[in-house]
Amino acid sequence: MSKYEVNGRLYSAEAKPGQCLRTFLRDLEVFGVKKGCDAGDCGACTVWLDGKPFHSCLVPAFRGEGRKITTIEGLAQNGKLHPIQQAFHDAQAFQCGYCAAGMMMTTASAAFDEAHKADLPHALKGNICRCTGYRSIVDALHGKKNIEKDVAGKALGASLPNPFTDAILTGKAHYTMDVWMEGMLHLKVLRSPHAHARLKKIDKSKALAVPGVVAVYTWEDVPRRLYSTALHEDHLVDPDDTYMLDNVARFVGQRLVAVIGETEAAAEAGVRAVEIEYELLPTVFDPVAAMEPGAPILHEKDEVDTANGNIFATLAGEIGDIHKGFREAEVIHENTYSTSRVQHVHLETHGSIAYKGKDGRWHVRTSSQGPFAARTKLAYLMGVPAARIHVYTERVGGGFGGKQEMVSEDLPLFATMKLDGRPVKWEWTREDEFIGATTRHQMTTKIKIGAKRDGTLTALDVQVVSNTGAYGNHASETLAAAMASPFAAYRCANKKGIGRVVYTNMIPGGGFRGYGASQTTFAMECAMNELAKVLDMDPFEIRRKNVVRPGDNVESIWMEPSDASFGSHGIDQCLEIVERELKKGNGVNKPDGDDWLEGTGAALAMLECGPPTEHRSGAEMKLLPDGKYHLACGSSEMGNGITTAHKQMAASVVGVRAADIDIINADTDRTPYDTGTFASTGTVVAGKAVMITAEAMKADILDFAARFTKTPVDQCRLDNDAVICGNKRIPLTELHAEGAKVNHRFTVSRKAYLSPRTIAFNVQGVRLAVHRVTGEIRILHSVHAADIGQPINPMQCRGQLDGAVAMGYGWALVENMVHEEGHMVNPQLRNCRVPAFADTPHTDIFFADTVDAIGPLGAKSQGECGINPVAPAVSNALANATGVRFAHLPFTADRLFSGGLTRAK
Amino acid sequence: MNLNTIVDVKRPKSFEEIEWRDGHAFLGGGTWLFSEPQVSTDTLVDLERLGWPALTVTPSGLEIAATCKIVELHDFKGPPEWRAVPLFDKCIDCFLMSFKIWNAATVGGNIVMSLPAGAMISLTAALEGVCTLWPQNGTPREVPVVDFVTGMHTNVLQKGELLRQIFLPASALTKRFAMRQVSLTHFGRSAALIVATVEDNDYDFLLTITAATPRPVHIRFRKTPSAKELHQAINERLPPDAWFNDVHGSAAYKRHVTFYLAEQIRAELS
Repeated sequence: MSKYEVNGRLYSAEAKPGQCLRTFLRDLEVFGVKKGCDAGDCGACTVWLDGKPFHSCLVPAFRGEGRKITTIEGLAQNGKLHPIQQAFHDAQAFQCGYCAAGMMMTTASAAFDEAHKADLPHALKGNICRCTGYRSIVDALHGKKNIEKDVAGKALGASLPNPFTDAILTGKAHYTMDVWMEGMLHLKVLRSPHAHARLKKIDKSKALAVPGVVAVYTWEDVPRRLYSTALHEDHLVDPDDTYMLDNVARFVGQRLVAVIGETEAAAEAGVRAVEIEYELLPTVFDPVAAMEPGAPILHEKDEVDTANGNIFATLAGEIGDIHKGFREAEVIHENTYSTSRVQHVHLETHGSIAYKGKDGRWHVRTSSQGPFAARTKLAYLMGVPAARIHVYTERVGGGFGGKQEMVSEDLPLFATMKLDGRPVKWEWTREDEFIGATTRHQMTTKIKIGAKRDGTLTALDVQVVSNTGAYGNHASETLAAAMASPFAAYRCANKKGIGRVVYTNMIPGGGFRGYGASQTTFAMECAMNELAKVLDMDPFEIRRKNVVRPGDNVESIWMEPSDASFGSHGIDQCLEIVERELKKGNGVNKPDGDDWLEGTGAALAMLECGPPTEHRSGAEMKLLPDGKYHLACGSSEMGNGITTAHKQMAASVVGVRAADIDIINADTDRTPYDTGTFASTGTVVAGKAVMITAEAMKADILDFAARFTKTPVDQCRLDNDAVICGNKRIPLTELHAEGAKVNHRFTVSRKAYLSPRTIAFNVQGVRLAVHRVTGEIRILHSVHAADIGQPINPMQCRGQLDGAVAMGYGWALVENMVHEEGHMVNPQLRNCRVPAFADTPHTDIFFADTVDAIGPLGAKSQGECGINPVAPAVSNALANATGVRFAHLPFTADRLFSGGLTRAK
Repeated sequence: MNLNTIVDVKRPKSFEEIEWRDGHAFLGGGTWLFSEPQVSTDTLVDLERLGWPALTVTPSGLEIAATCKIVELHDFKGPPEWRAVPLFDKCIDCFLMSFKIWNAATVGGNIVMSLPAGAMISLTAALEGVCTLWPQNGTPREVPVVDFVTGMHTNVLQKGELLRQIFLPASALTKRFAMRQVSLTHFGRSAALIVATVEDNDYDFLLTITAATPRPVHIRFRKTPSAKELHQAINERLPPDAWFNDVHGSAAYKRHVTFYLAEQIRAELS
């Protein structure tokens, strides 16, 4: 046996010949070493060899022999956090926490010297964080403290740290794949090499003959039930157009055959050995072409009800009379805008482990934003009662909508059911994510907008085409969102719209932060600036003049009654803040030289807080014998900070420290039902459930205390760890003991439902410089103002906005999934970039001073909408700088060049 | 990532021990090899124990072993008359990845990978480097770096042939240089990486175009050209279809910025 020294401990172990150090360490149960890409691009797996930092996924494991290996688990010494860990703790320099180990192992290494610290854009080229926008990481490296003290009764509005901070920063927190189980099997899938093909014949025999291959499953082996991978409360909003495994491939990357092996290597070899005879079918990739008569049809009508060929859904409506509106208009702007397909790139890939428990039930450990909705689908697919299935998360490494999809749970569950309950693990690769998960829907928006000379809008006409790819998960819901708030944001008597979402042979669309509204906000907000330009009007002024206000109908193209209502209205403040800050400037000048052009731009976005469709959450709370509380809530935590917020909300109601509330979340056995953490519901639905549960808890305690002390209940109140009844103070521990004597349990449960929905706003301002020859863009000043009501945790809210804005810049400037005939050309992070440190500008973030009358404890949604105004603000700034309107995302330098940069004024 | 098809690792101490066959792959730093599945490879031949000295200064120039780590090149300080040594760092900065990769990646590995944007190809081509190749059977041969790379992921190596070293002649290392790079993302993979070197008396102006073209291109002028001469020479040498189109920049864009950057470099060196 060879000797390896890991964190000062000696191991006798033998690395497999082609094994990388990353998996070798994980095989030793050193799970702090993460996988974000497995290809050297993201840095999550950084470890030290003899003190020098390496991407352990690129290091042959045998080269670790005889060297001192240090991982995140070895950073803290004698139970004391390393200064970098303490700095990350104090600045809360993480959200989901998945990149944190790699970030710290990079920045704590001796090689990371003062020169590196002074030049973070270069020094952090090899580390990707998808959550934070890197701002809090800079804070940590500069020794900034962002956290506040946890004081009883003052939890609401305090910047408290994530309750799992220490576990995350020491590598002890267990993400989905960070477990070892006896007898674990591994699942790999064969993905379609063709964009459209029928599987005429599948020969499994060679695959089954591969040593270590346990089973091979095709469409003939799995239940043939149609479903949608999208997770929603109401499964009827998504089309049942998908089979677990199908005999027709409709996009390159569709999973076709599942192979189970004793090792990943065996499963992979099995996948390579499967022989399939394909009958190639005609393909269509462009949604407009897919709507033409004679286009290849993606789904047969007897299986999937499509209204018209490949058109999965059409949403149309009109309020007022747009012909009249355009006749009244004195100026008209008309243009077509399009947005690109992008991937979520949550740093933790999808993955699930399914097994039979000692209780005889089926357990699925997974990385999901909606474990309850996933369980419902799994029960339906497998034909077993939901009560026989337990779905849970531990730590989830990012979601952004990508995990509002049941794509990794079903095959392992099916396999374990077939294989005597042996644990079956399916861990996705980064390439799996790029070619086999979902993306933001690509949409093209044709917009025509008319106004009076004074800027009053008179008519708005929009036509949207959304490409949902091969399957319709989230297709109609994202289209509905696209047709709603971006156009409802402005008062206009005459609006008309038609949106179509179309099947093609592309990778399927899905839910993604901003959820359809991002795409049409881009079109609408660019159009508003163009209109202002024709009117020679200030872009802020035209927005102020037309934006909806309390008293206006909040309506897009439909007149149906809506449950969206202003619980508060902070858009005027947001516009004022961004305008003021841009005017004031930040002292950053454009680079010298006439070739650098400078421009400013802004855009707004409106969010109806929560989905228009069903969404519900429950919470349970109990007083514990030690006088502290236990809170259970089904909501998923994937870096959005929702568990911190829920603890703070509960703590503020019962008047204790957040630390006095112990929380469990996202577990179908141990928490009440929750539809899922998506659609901006973590605060306004699950948070509402937490709030009313905490209120019920308070009432229950006071009621018992009143009866016990024979004091009128209106003379009883909670005081941190005690209850005061009249002039008597009874510690909660004592009260609990008294309750136990009479079988009073101090447990409560409440459910929350979403209606009405309040309304939030975000405004983004950008000043940038663009080089007229090279197309290089430098963001000189980035300002964001958010109308999110009472921030439950200001630091976290700022972090959510930092991350959302950074993702907006990624969409606008960096991310570019390139497909040729349905094949993704660049399914690696080094070829399909997401913003690195150097690509992510610092953003000054401001909050409007509003307290919402509808949202729980005055709060509104905050994590989602920040992304929406960024891309149009960038386009508006580019137009301001160059005189050229760039109407098609992304704005990479070569696309600016082909899009007319050389015509710049 | 795990290379699950690998069944054996050979760790020879001398070149003579290597018995090459199909399915073998030379392992340098491993930073490319371990970044993608290598399903047609079953054996790694680790070059680490060959023990080649990383950098050797001779009166005639600098010998860079193929196994020289990037970090060793980064730390190199040449004799003061080698004025082109600062170009080492400038090119090293053009790696897509950070300083961590320098600890593992090798100069030879970057050249053998033969990406149009390979920063070590840019560096060694610009400094008129010459590769020494060791064939499996036969006598070593020498090929200029500029001719070594023949296109995206292709080069002149025969089966089992090993890149032993890159020699940078002192005559190139003593020249003045100027360099420009652009990328679609900040500090990202090069869309164009252009270098020119020139002697003090304006003689021997050598323009090296990389990343923008599928393989490195030299355009040599007896004396520093005028703007017009430079533009014309690039145009003649590289027609519109000679540029490299990929996700890191369209061909038309790369052509466009090459003219611009080349002129900047020319002006700087004039």
